[in-house]
Amino acid sequence: MIVDLDDIDRKILRALQNDGGLNAKEVGEVVGLSQPSAWRRIKKLEEVGVIRGRSIILDREKLGFDVVVYLGIKLLAKGRGSIDDFERAVSAIPEVQLAQYVLGVYDYRLKVVARDLSDFERILRRRIMTLPSVGNVESNILLSDDTSGEALI
Amino acid sequence: MQIDDIDRKLLRHLQDDATLSVAELAELAGMSAGPCWRRLEKLEKSGVIKGRKIDIDYRALGYGVLVFLRITLDKTRSNAFDEFIREARKLPEVVAIQTLLGRVDIRMDVRARDLNHYHEIYKARVLALPHINEIEALMLVSEVKNTERLPI
Repeated sequence: MIVDLDDIDRKILRALQNDGGLNAKEVGEVVGLSQPSAWRRIKKLEEVGVIRGRSIILDREKLGFDVVVYLGIKLLAKGRGSIDDFERAVSAIPEVQLAQYVLGVYDYRLKVVARDLSDFERILRRRIMTLPSVGNVESNILLSDDTSGEALI
Repeated sequence: MQIDDIDRKLLRHLQDDATLSVAELAELAGMSAGPCWRRLEKLEKSGVIKGRKIDIDYRALGYGVLVFLRITLDKTRSNAFDEFIREARKLPEVVAIQTLLGRVDIRMDVRARDLNHYHEIYKARVLALPHINEIEALMLVSEVKNTERLPI
């Protein structure tokens, strides 16, 4: 289902994208609404599923995770039957933040966080390469994130 | 900043549920609200907690397509990275740009309403970006796991 937003909804989403910690009163101040009407609109955006939830943003480097690696994984052709096993096993690896089934030169795309390169090597050897039906694996190490902060809303 | 086991416990609970109040968090961690509040304050001041964000369902907003582009640049051009990134950042549908070390130089996430819309963006705007050598595309089919949770 596609949700129709009006301009005020869009403003609210943009304000919350800039700072997800704003409460209804602060959102209201940014977009020019009273606290109760801002609260009702935020509540509605949550109810229709546009806002799925809130999460905390931690500084991974300050917590000792210096390395982020994106992996492209191809499954072995004969292993196609065990996609469920692969997905279950990959989801259970705590260092895997993102696992996406994709169409293209790879079957899965993974994002892995690690403390350093030798920690990454350990995760790759012991956890990724041992996944059921895993075939070719390509690693690309994140050097910098250059995403612009502008929202697509 | 030194982080101890109690800090880690608080951060783990907040990774599970970012909407916990100080009182709820303190109860989960088995401590009283005052010291819990002081620890949170310290974690925020030192930048370990950078903030909070909302998770938006772009599909609900009509953006049904997400494509990951893997791009190699023409490295014989000295400014290839800077010029490419500067131009790519101007495209609103490009929702992530990252510089990588490996076979791929840049990865870029592109959101579009549908495949026709994606094709339009790709032809008119992505291919017009400077210094591209090669592009490979992966299209998202389904998400098995998506979390920013750190294994702390």
